[in-house]
Amino acid sequence: MKFTLSWLKEHLDTDEPLDKLADKLTMIGLEVENIEDKAKALAPFSIARVISAEQHPNADRLRVCMVDTGNGAAPVQVVCGAPNARAGLVSVFSAPGTFIPGKNITLGVGTIRGVESRGMLCSAAELEISEDHDGIMELPADAPIGKGYAEWAGLGDPVLEINLTPNRQDCTGVHGIARDLSAADMGKLIDPGIKPVKGEFPCPVKVTVEDATLCPGFALRLVRGVKNGPSPEWLQKRLTSIGLRPINALVDITNFMTYDRARPLHVFDARKVNGNLTVRRAKDGESLLALDGRTYTLDPSICVISDEHGVESLAGIMGGETSGCDENTTDVLIESALWNEINIAQTGRKLGINSDARYRFERGVDPAFMVPGLELATKLVMEFCGGTPSDTVVVGKSFGDDRIIDFPLSEVKRLAGIEVPLVEMRRILAHLGFMVAGSGPVVKVAVPSWRSDVHGKADIVEEVVRIVGVDKVPMTPFERGDDARKPVLTTIQLRNRRAKRALAARGMVEAVTWSFISKPHAELFGGGQAELALANPIASDLSDMRPSLLPGLVAAAQANANRGYQDVALFEVGQIFRGDKPENQFVAASGVRHGFASSKGMGRHWSGSAISDALDAKADAFAVLAAAGAPMQALQIVQGGASWLHPGRSGTIQIGPQNVLGYFGELHPRTLEALGADGPLMAFEVILDRIPDAKKKATRAKPVLELSAFQPVSRDFAFIVDRGVKAGDIVRSAQGVDKKLITDVSVFDVYEGKGIDPNKKSIAIAVTIQPREKTLTDQEIDAVAAKIVAEVTKKTGGTLRA
Amino acid sequence: MTDLATLEQTILADIAAAGDEAALEAVRVAALGKKGSISALLATLGKMSPDERKTQGAAINVAKDKVTQALSARRDILKSAALDARLASETIDVTLQLREAPAEAGRIHPLSQVFEEVNTIFADMGFAIAEGPDIETDDYNFTKLNFPEGHPAREMHDTFFFNPGEDGSRMLLRTHTSPVQVRTMLSQKPPIRVVCPGRTYRIDSDATHTPQFHQVEGLVIDKGSHLGHLKWILHEFCKAFFEVDHINMRFRPSFFPFTEPSLEVDIQCRRDKGEIRFGEGEDWLEILGCGMVHPNVLRACDIDPDVYQGFAWGMGIDRIAMLKYGIADLRQLFENDVRWLSHYGFKPLDVPTLAGGLST
Repeated sequence: MKFTLSWLKEHLDTDEPLDKLADKLTMIGLEVENIEDKAKALAPFSIARVISAEQHPNADRLRVCMVDTGNGAAPVQVVCGAPNARAGLVSVFSAPGTFIPGKNITLGVGTIRGVESRGMLCSAAELEISEDHDGIMELPADAPIGKGYAEWAGLGDPVLEINLTPNRQDCTGVHGIARDLSAADMGKLIDPGIKPVKGEFPCPVKVTVEDATLCPGFALRLVRGVKNGPSPEWLQKRLTSIGLRPINALVDITNFMTYDRARPLHVFDARKVNGNLTVRRAKDGESLLALDGRTYTLDPSICVISDEHGVESLAGIMGGETSGCDENTTDVLIESALWNEINIAQTGRKLGINSDARYRFERGVDPAFMVPGLELATKLVMEFCGGTPSDTVVVGKSFGDDRIIDFPLSEVKRLAGIEVPLVEMRRILAHLGFMVAGSGPVVKVAVPSWRSDVHGKADIVEEVVRIVGVDKVPMTPFERGDDARKPVLTTIQLRNRRAKRALAARGMVEAVTWSFISKPHAELFGGGQAELALANPIASDLSDMRPSLLPGLVAAAQANANRGYQDVALFEVGQIFRGDKPENQFVAASGVRHGFASSKGMGRHWSGSAISDALDAKADAFAVLAAAGAPMQALQIVQGGASWLHPGRSGTIQIGPQNVLGYFGELHPRTLEALGADGPLMAFEVILDRIPDAKKKATRAKPVLELSAFQPVSRDFAFIVDRGVKAGDIVRSAQGVDKKLITDVSVFDVYEGKGIDPNKKSIAIAVTIQPREKTLTDQEIDAVAAKIVAEVTKKTGGTLRA
Repeated sequence: MTDLATLEQTILADIAAAGDEAALEAVRVAALGKKGSISALLATLGKMSPDERKTQGAAINVAKDKVTQALSARRDILKSAALDARLASETIDVTLQLREAPAEAGRIHPLSQVFEEVNTIFADMGFAIAEGPDIETDDYNFTKLNFPEGHPAREMHDTFFFNPGEDGSRMLLRTHTSPVQVRTMLSQKPPIRVVCPGRTYRIDSDATHTPQFHQVEGLVIDKGSHLGHLKWILHEFCKAFFEVDHINMRFRPSFFPFTEPSLEVDIQCRRDKGEIRFGEGEDWLEILGCGMVHPNVLRACDIDPDVYQGFAWGMGIDRIAMLKYGIADLRQLFENDVRWLSHYGFKPLDVPTLAGGLST
């Protein structure tokens, strides 16, 4: 919402300076977004006369001018390149030190081709008041030399722009803004009231409203014998100052009423309207050439005003070109109506029209002002264009409801925490147009018709508090109470947090990728369901909710590789979507590693360089699971993983086949190709929600530590087994021999190659035997060792390596 | 000179001449071994008269002690020299570069860090942390929050929708974290004190908007909490979060459908060559919206607005993260450039705590 200071002063009698008014507007909820103060920006530019203009001795296209800057000062020498610089011309001068807005420079004393220049004669473009840069400005010969240009040109009227919240339709007009300021003690509202203009003949045009829910009220009158031409200069200036183009008096009046009174109107050229008017839904196939020069195709969701030939206006949004008013208009029909807000909003959205009328009608205009608005417009029409008015035709029953709120005065203190004296409340509400009856503790408050946003007690509290000033509300310490200090994070929040720190501690870098990815990428990871596809995606590659974090991470890794950073280890912990219900949203932890970004050591290094492999991804997954509190002993690793992984270099982490916690491995070459990424890439995915909850412990004390008095014994074994045999099976077989005595089995060597059958491999394990009650004899240890060999060879078909 | 004295001189000279521990051992054996020269002299004592044995015995033992001490002293010197020689051959190149420790190389994204900082502050004020789904119903995202169907306020939220289901209803991506307020009020009884951090979405993409962004919502419902408390909480939060002793805040009336009265909050700051200083300067930066929960919202959540009252706020995590850590461009948060993440990210052991400082 834009208006000028002088326009505001038509409605507000005030001596307050602009800065104070602007601050107050912001502090009562009408946030001033911008003040354009040309007078301030152009203050250094003054009116001057060119005394003489001689040809520059060294440049064909320059002239050396002597300029009278007024106030008795000596003439100033200025070198000027404008073709129109000539003796006697009155123009605009700026002295050295002036900032030239159109050129974004500060002027200095210059020497141009050997001739000194002590200032500049300016074009309109240099002052940013028009785009005219064909020459220096030409002012009338009687313009006062030495005076400020901006003031003389009437540019001294600052333009304020308010970022209006959608609830305040009453402030889509200057009058409403002035009312708010008057309540805030910034002056007195100027409101002389509106006198009806008496009709002199019956309105010949009848109005039928087919659906009162779309059009609760409609008022119309004819003014005959008008002479439509340019509107008065003051009105043109008003409109121009806020960026509107003056058209003709009749149209300008509707625009003025829109901005001055928040009352959009429409004017039809009565001689172009055929017969009576009907307010109805458009029919399929109808269309209208609107005033913006575009033709709109209509349908029954759209409310229109039609005459006997067809649609003449998009109700409450924009008029039609054919029945518009121009300089030949002699009879004008003025329409002032009420429209259904939701229908206006929907129609505006559907047709893509953002008109000043739509802006106001979709917020709901003051219903009680429908007829007075028409009266005021009639008066202006007769004032500017003459003519004889008809009676007013009014369709509709009541315009505006009576809203009376029982308001306990204590509500202000209860909700806002501030004491406001009753007198002050009454004063504020009265200035805003509310009527207060009674003296408490519960008063009756009648809401003015223009405040469609006020319905209840809390709204009244807001009115009082915003005018008193929110800054006056004292800050009140908020006691946290004597509740025990308990952890506040939920299990999943804690897992999320720990997973991130665990992965970062492994040298990985946290990424945050988009929640939406392309459909093909989603499908690759089991997504792409209809219920997860956006109806209005921002781009085709951001169309489907992600079923996995990996497509985003792979893309991020590739983007880094394209920048020259191939060896990256990225992870993300975030939401993934397997359906549109809350229970189908999960928190996943995923990561990718590429090149030398190995968990065995990052990058190439003199101490040894490792290329990341599938087991790095396994290690990452296990780090997440351990940090997130998974029961590590219960985890099973199954060869092979999801379809997007290399079948031979991947694994599944599960607790029984029903609960798969995640996958790890090398990405499948087909996945890489589909994602457009260079491999090999190692990846893992763990779904944190699938980790079983730990049992709640009654005490924080740790279980008693049992320390053996006897030294542990270690024995090494190497087995020759088929290549397909899993190390995990050997370890489990050895461990199973005596769960009490054998405390650890670890694989310390895996060998394939020379000296071994090509179909076999050697796996060496170290077994730790921990005696519990006494030191074991050599025979006892040998007996355990023999059992281990027997068990492993039996379970794996292997043999002890000689 | 006696024979004994000569022998002693010879042995001592041999000891001094021994170049290594093996040579020294040979000297020891030659002198003190079973067949050594001094041992041989001692063996002669048995054949002597008692008087002669007394004098000769003492003299031989003195010589033996001298030799023993000289051997020991020489052994220490040789051992030490041998160690020095060994160590001298064992020099390594200490200028070789270390491998960067993983905990030094890894990074936490600034958004994760800031979420933790925010949660830490509000947890200390007694707030629990609630979360809700990203895919929401129209009812929770709008209707229950007092956005009437067709109201222009809905248009302030450029909403991502899913396709309508069989019953005609369509899900959407939440445009704010406020639906978590609704879920909280529907699932627990007052008093309520929660903050709800999460990801939110709007159709918007330019230098200052990304289609996904993050918010933290706060909600207090009880029988006495009012605007004064709200102002205090936000003021305390801003001081703690920005880690400054004082901060100037401006509370302005505004409009949100789900609060009444509604306020917007600006903080005062000064921008200087990309750096932002709080508590000084001419600029007011908007950082959050808040207000008393609208009675219609309370009613929609089966809470009697004449008995209970409370307030709510919502602020952009991305925005406050950028302000605090001097991040210039919002879009960089989601570009995942490892150079940017290394620079603006946090080390895994930099866990924000109130005791140790949020970011120190």
